[in-house]
Amino acid sequence: MSVELGHYAIALAFAVAILQGIVPLAGAQRGDAKWMALGVPAALLQFALVALAFGCLTVAYVTSDFSVLNVAQNSHSAKPMLYKVSGVWGNHEGSLLLWALILTAFGAAVAVFGQNLPVALKARVLSIQSLIGVGFLAFILFTSNPFERLHPVPTDGRGLNPLLQDPGLAFHPPFLYLGYVGLSMAFSFAVAALIEGRVDPAWARWVRPWTLAAWCFLTLGIALGSWWAYYELGWGGWWFWDPVENASFMPWLAATALLHSAIVVEKRDALKSWTILLAILAFSLSLLGTFLVRSGVLTSVHAFATDPARGAFILAFLAVVVGGSLTLYAARAPALEPSGLFQPISREGSLVLNNLLLAVATGSILLGTLYPLLLDALTGEKVSVGPPFFNTIAIPLAVPMLIAMAIAPQLAWKRAALGEAVLRLWPAALAALIALIVVLAAFDRATLLAALGIGLVVWLLIGSLQEIAERAHLFRAPLAESLRRFGRIPRASWGMVLGHAGIALVVLGIVASETWQSEVIKTMRPGESVAVGPYQFEFKSVGDVRGPNYSALAGRFDVTRNDNLVAVMEPELRRFTHPPMTTTEAAILPNALRDLYATVGEPDNQGGYGTRLYFKPLVSWIWLGALVMALGGAFSLSDRRFRVGAPKRAGTGAPAAQPAGD
Amino acid sequence: MRIGFLLPALVFALLAVALGVGLTLKPREIPSALIDKPIPDFALPPVQGRTAGLSSGDLRTGEVSMVNVFASWCGPCRTEHPILMDIAKAGTLPLHGLNYKDKPEAAASFLRSLGDPYRRTGADRDGRVSIEWGVYGVPETFLIDRQGRIAFKHVGPLTPEVMERTINPKIAELKR
Repeated sequence: MSVELGHYAIALAFAVAILQGIVPLAGAQRGDAKWMALGVPAALLQFALVALAFGCLTVAYVTSDFSVLNVAQNSHSAKPMLYKVSGVWGNHEGSLLLWALILTAFGAAVAVFGQNLPVALKARVLSIQSLIGVGFLAFILFTSNPFERLHPVPTDGRGLNPLLQDPGLAFHPPFLYLGYVGLSMAFSFAVAALIEGRVDPAWARWVRPWTLAAWCFLTLGIALGSWWAYYELGWGGWWFWDPVENASFMPWLAATALLHSAIVVEKRDALKSWTILLAILAFSLSLLGTFLVRSGVLTSVHAFATDPARGAFILAFLAVVVGGSLTLYAARAPALEPSGLFQPISREGSLVLNNLLLAVATGSILLGTLYPLLLDALTGEKVSVGPPFFNTIAIPLAVPMLIAMAIAPQLAWKRAALGEAVLRLWPAALAALIALIVVLAAFDRATLLAALGIGLVVWLLIGSLQEIAERAHLFRAPLAESLRRFGRIPRASWGMVLGHAGIALVVLGIVASETWQSEVIKTMRPGESVAVGPYQFEFKSVGDVRGPNYSALAGRFDVTRNDNLVAVMEPELRRFTHPPMTTTEAAILPNALRDLYATVGEPDNQGGYGTRLYFKPLVSWIWLGALVMALGGAFSLSDRRFRVGAPKRAGTGAPAAQPAGD
Repeated sequence: MRIGFLLPALVFALLAVALGVGLTLKPREIPSALIDKPIPDFALPPVQGRTAGLSSGDLRTGEVSMVNVFASWCGPCRTEHPILMDIAKAGTLPLHGLNYKDKPEAAASFLRSLGDPYRRTGADRDGRVSIEWGVYGVPETFLIDRQGRIAFKHVGPLTPEVMERTINPKIAELKR
């Protein structure tokens, strides 16, 4: 397959996308079944064409075809196969192609699996999904063509940035994009609902699985990125409030809010216009994030886009998608007013509180991220907003959120008594109090904030387990009865419990590692020994190691605890030649209780080497917690109500929302 | 149409306008206002644990020199650090470091663990001197000509490409 074929396929996909963006939408307006039916084959064809194009580029990478400019710029023949493949999306043009591939894959998924969708809604959703595709394909075709040839053909490529040559990062972008692009489904559904002028519980039930899937991918994508930063950048940090990270965190927050508010639409037929707005905003933030990162505006506050044509395109596309959908929202949303008011103290009231806190968090991060850019644009003044700002807003928002997360599941729909719910949580409250006191009394270096954090973790963990225990009537019914009930707890409830427990674990990892980590950053000579937390690190030796496309300096540390050898750690400093760059390969010894972390740096030419040694208690739980959260999402996604029994719209017979076992 | 529902669109419109203005700004290409002007007068103590501080006199020795603005808290500075080490090793010109708004011990351990490429260092703890130099972010790299004037400024991290395409030719030109 030649790249020209890929280029041609993208051009064809562009044409199909325009057709799919117009005909089914017009068909739905006119009530023309034939026009609407075009959406399904068009979506499949569009996906096939983009997949073909993606395949062509991948083949060019795998076979190291350096006559292709994109390959020559980003690959090298000596690169391991995994990174030849991941190199496809390790650059601007290729990553856009991956975006388009996933976007059309989601469109095709709706075409195939959306049989229970009302015909007009499905046609509109497919059209809108395709219109987003038009924008991306145009972007690829007109400003970011990955299929360009290069003359004369160089003998070898320039190589992929060695920092990106890593299994964690090979899979980080695909997961992140599955999340970003998955949110396009919620967006398409929201815009379709606005055009139809109808949002009801059935609509919410159709939207929720897509949002859930996107949320799971996004959670995993962000966790992978953070894990990569932790072990590859070699500074022992895992989150830097870097604009690029914020760009992925904001859609996650908005998607989390959307997941919760869609429940209110589904169960109570309320909060509709807010839910629609969230669906639009979640995807808009994804778009803003991807584009800002891709165009380089936020990695450096200094320039909006390295290529002015790309920057202008980005802005125009954002204006059409976000501006267009928000204008439609302004025109149509007032008609979607709720069918009923509700009490502040109730399940739905607590979900509103959740949304409020998440919205404030998203807004603050957006402000902190864009503020330097805005100030520059308006006054020409240059500032940077750093971790102090973000940490200051994160803590006051996280505390009430964690408290409420245990209480909310205890509240009944419609009307609940807060006092009763809190009283029922006495075991959790007691455990939290004990944890708080134990931490303050028994642990060195315990701050009040750290003790509060650990107390909240215990509160949320026990509170979540209580929810399950109550559903199983544990200790109230005979054990056999409890076990039987246990097996019948709907998966959506397991999903919630896992999701909330996952958050608790993440917080545990953050609080423990930030409070009790020990770090030693010093120049060490072989033979020297240093204490890091309860461990003794002895710097044994330094040697040379050769890799497939790098040479490395490898340090050796013998780690002992109470004179027992625990491990031998061998961090590396890798020197790549294509492109010339040095990366730190930290040696990490993780387990459930603590991570040991060692890096070795440049020699100081006097026999010493810069080393960083860390002891980080419970740090792995940050990523394990994220995994638990994603698992919760998957559980919820597999709930039978999403699989069995197509939701029926009110007025067509069956009740709009069946109680799903709770 | 109720005003509340229009609010998101209005906020976005404002944002879009600001981004549009941002698009027209190309600060990367705006030369420092101080280009071809004599370097400002200043004298800074060295980074913790070093003996040679940095002052304007050190840059008026009739030699072409390079001043790199760095900070231990700045990610891109770490990325460009190996290139600075190479420059120091090659020894084509004196390379000095201007340490921007940094904690003394953090700056010291940064240089200890990554290596110290600088002949002289100036610890600009409150960022005053950097303002005089027209620094608005780290990293930035300045070239000083024989007459002690700012001849060139690069904003952002140095990369092999930047070195090859702009910095090295510029150095050669200044040395002629």
